[in-house]
Amino acid sequence: MNSIAFAIILLVLLGLAGGVILVLASKFMAVYEDPRIAQVTDCLAGANCGGCGYAGCADYAKAIVENGAPINKCAPGGAKATEAISKIMGAEAASGPALHAVVNCNGGNGNCNVRFDYHGIQTCAAAAAVAGGPTACSFGCLGYGDCTRACKFDAIHVVNGSAVVDREKCTGCSACMAVCPHHVISMKPMTKTPAVLCSNKEKGAAVNKACKAGCIGCGLCVKNCPSEAITLQNNLAVIDYAKCTGCGTCASKCPKKVIHWVDGAPAVVEEPQA
Amino acid sequence: MSQTLATFATIFFSMILVNNYVLVQFLGICPFLGVSKKLDSSLGMGMAVIAVMFIATAVTFPLQIFVLDANGLGYMQTIVFILVIAVLVQLIEIVLKRYVPALYQSLGVYLPLITTNCAVLGVTILAVQDYTAVVAESGFGLAYAEALVCAVGAGVGFLVAMLLFCGVRQRVEQANPPESFKGLPITLVSAAITSMSFMGFGGLVENIISALM
Repeated sequence: MNSIAFAIILLVLLGLAGGVILVLASKFMAVYEDPRIAQVTDCLAGANCGGCGYAGCADYAKAIVENGAPINKCAPGGAKATEAISKIMGAEAASGPALHAVVNCNGGNGNCNVRFDYHGIQTCAAAAAVAGGPTACSFGCLGYGDCTRACKFDAIHVVNGSAVVDREKCTGCSACMAVCPHHVISMKPMTKTPAVLCSNKEKGAAVNKACKAGCIGCGLCVKNCPSEAITLQNNLAVIDYAKCTGCGTCASKCPKKVIHWVDGAPAVVEEPQA
Repeated sequence: MSQTLATFATIFFSMILVNNYVLVQFLGICPFLGVSKKLDSSLGMGMAVIAVMFIATAVTFPLQIFVLDANGLGYMQTIVFILVIAVLVQLIEIVLKRYVPALYQSLGVYLPLITTNCAVLGVTILAVQDYTAVVAESGFGLAYAEALVCAVGAGVGFLVAMLLFCGVRQRVEQANPPESFKGLPITLVSAAITSMSFMGFGGLVENIISALM
């Protein structure tokens, strides 16, 4: 009887001592944390995708509260998150359409030629390490799906040999951009504007040898664009989405059919008033 | 003196290679499988385990000798040790957060995970089992030192196992096993093979140390 009582007393005393030590420690060594950090963390998407450039949602929230980082970086949270954060921080929400991923390559469906048969490790990173990859175009999609495995939202898949983004499912976290060894994925605003589905920076003749659907840098789109939104950079047409109105002239003029609609059909644009 | 040093060296290296907690005694398997995917996270977990094992043994060993055994309460060992380890880990977390925030950040979620790590409880209980006899033989001081060396050795062994297996795992991830083996099954198979390789160390350390002496 006595030993049972002693055992109970000992355990209670030990527990009490531990509890007191912990309470004292947390009182005296408390670290002040801005309560807004927890609030902002709740507003973020919580996917910890790292698309904002910080180590995770909590880290980004800390950067917003303590260092005044821009509040519109949470792509999965979108405009809703930005608005919620702006309420907490009292800052103006930077507006603008969401940026979602697009694969700038149309080498699937046999468009892109093959240089050699590759039977190695079935990842893009490994394939790209072998003489720049088995595709004739050293800028194009390799099609081994590193992006599919990186995507946490099931939004990018390899279809007929090249990756295609489901723009609705995409949250713009840019995880796929980071893993693509050929850097063929870019971010495009979710507006009814076309995209250049080619990344080849070589001259027209070289592009033609590699791919049936590559940008040859002819400049027809540049000449025909009514809002001067397209420029040629390194033999490649580049659309400036700040200027693009989505009229679709470039898509219809392109001789190689490189410019495609990835977000619905062309918008009807009124004639600019003189 | 050199005899003592040899004893310490034997204990230390046999805890790493021969009695490795993860690969030979099969304690702490869940962090071993859960955190060994990336090199930096397994390194962080390993470091945290070394620290917690050392501090936990430093507290529980005298507690067992002077409080529990002295009052004939040896059977209270498990529950008392669990209580002490839980309090200690919480305390370490608070102290780190206050004074070494960089380390706190890098250890992150692993520190609270260790609270329920069976390897930590294992090392404290086994240290008591193995070195209580030494207390009677050559005094508390030497036994305490040996227990602490054993705890650090166990922690380093855990770290070594984590790092080795992390390397194995990254190779396995590149491989292309049959569909039904993908993921956890192939990981368990490779863990078993890694563990078998550690059986080769049996008796090694004692022989080397005695040959050196």
